[in-house]
Amino acid sequence: MAEWWQEFVKKFTIAFINHNRWRFITQGLANTLLITFFAVIIGIVIGFIVSVIRTTHDKTGKLKIGNAICQVYLAVIRGTPVMVQIMIIYFVIFASASSSYKIPLAILAFGINSGAYVAEIFRGGINAIDAGQFEAGRSLGFNYVQTMWHIIAPQAFKNAIPPLANEFIVLLKETSVAGYIGVEDLTRGGFSIGGSTYDYTLPLIAIALIYLFLVIVLSRLVALLERRLRRSER
Amino acid sequence: MNGNIASGDVLIRAVGVEKHYGKIRALDGVDAEIRKGDVAVIVGPSGSGKSTFLRCLNLLEEPTGGHIYFEGVDITDPGVDINVHRQKMGMVFQQFNLFNNLTVLGNCVVGQVKVLKRDPQKAREIATRYLEQVGMAGYINAKPSQISGGQKQRVAIARALSMEPEAMLFDEPTSALDPEMVGEVLKVMKGLAHSGLTMLVVTHEMAFARDVADRVVFMDDGVIVEEGKPEVIFNNPTQERTRVFLKRILEE
Repeated sequence: MAEWWQEFVKKFTIAFINHNRWRFITQGLANTLLITFFAVIIGIVIGFIVSVIRTTHDKTGKLKIGNAICQVYLAVIRGTPVMVQIMIIYFVIFASASSSYKIPLAILAFGINSGAYVAEIFRGGINAIDAGQFEAGRSLGFNYVQTMWHIIAPQAFKNAIPPLANEFIVLLKETSVAGYIGVEDLTRGGFSIGGSTYDYTLPLIAIALIYLFLVIVLSRLVALLERRLRRSER
Repeated sequence: MNGNIASGDVLIRAVGVEKHYGKIRALDGVDAEIRKGDVAVIVGPSGSGKSTFLRCLNLLEEPTGGHIYFEGVDITDPGVDINVHRQKMGMVFQQFNLFNNLTVLGNCVVGQVKVLKRDPQKAREIATRYLEQVGMAGYINAKPSQISGGQKQRVAIARALSMEPEAMLFDEPTSALDPEMVGEVLKVMKGLAHSGLTMLVVTHEMAFARDVADRVVFMDDGVIVEEGKPEVIFNNPTQERTRVFLKRILEE
């Protein structure tokens, strides 16, 4: 057996097998997926509400105050780093919260962050719908909300699915800063192994490969979905 | 009513309707009366305000002045629920505007179920009947992207008819069609006109106006210049502007 191989096996054993250190990776991965999943859901809810307020304002001139609040929200969230946002939420806004709420607060922070991007995705989806669809709905006697709900939203949502899936992928990577508030996510897990073995090489490469694998698989799924959606148009 | 000047009650009355965009006067005081069973065709050069006027009648375009009465109710009054009146005015658009996410049948059912609260089964029966009338019953499961322009427009007509409106507004229904598809749509519209439906049609199809209209309305520069029976408008117009327009369009 080659010497480098023996060396690799030894390092691998120290990094992942001894003291069950692989658990840092699996537990971290579980937390990363958990945070991403629920943050996306919060993001979709916030994004939906914000986009509806914004487009209603653009189309009818109503909801001036709501629109102004949304504008500030979008400007602040999109104009500051997500790392700063999560630290402000954890160390400032919820400074008195128990440290056992790290994961829920991380979900909240990433959800609020993602909502701003999802809102613009939805708004783009709505704006891409031809104005004639709206007029046709109104001409049948649908009111504004009915037209939005039955005619515009289903088409807008379909337009939004591919960029929404991409937002999910971006968010998956962005959650790697959750370690700054002490969340044991995938990145932090790899870092912790390095800290206790004094060798960062293998754990960091391992987590990089895991992120890469997840992103490639998800991107493939998005591409598949896009093709499906396009075919159902025909 | 077959082709005679209709003698029914006044269904739509426009009084001094104006639509101003800043300094541009798209409509500059239009008065008109549409009686039940009337088939009125509005002609005029591009930019004359004829489409704007039609779109004002169901408030897709909000007039900046004047009043529109539908069945005696002033629908320009902000206190009036316009949705109730829009149900009774079917509209057919130049660009069809079929709902892309729904099938042909779905297009004709959704308004009946969601707006008129009809039973879905009954709505499907009604929709199928009107799709048969426009010759599209064989395509009920097709998506709008799968059918031709002429077929789309016929479905759009069936969609509007499925609401069983009091009047139908046609906004240049054949202008976006390839020439070979114009005939199939006009044929459907002719059939409707003979069935006694109240129709207001904005079109460039002069032959249709001559053959089908009870009344031809000539608009130019945001006003009604002249109106009357088709034989009068086409053969003996009293206004110079009408003569110039007809001469130009019939020479093409």
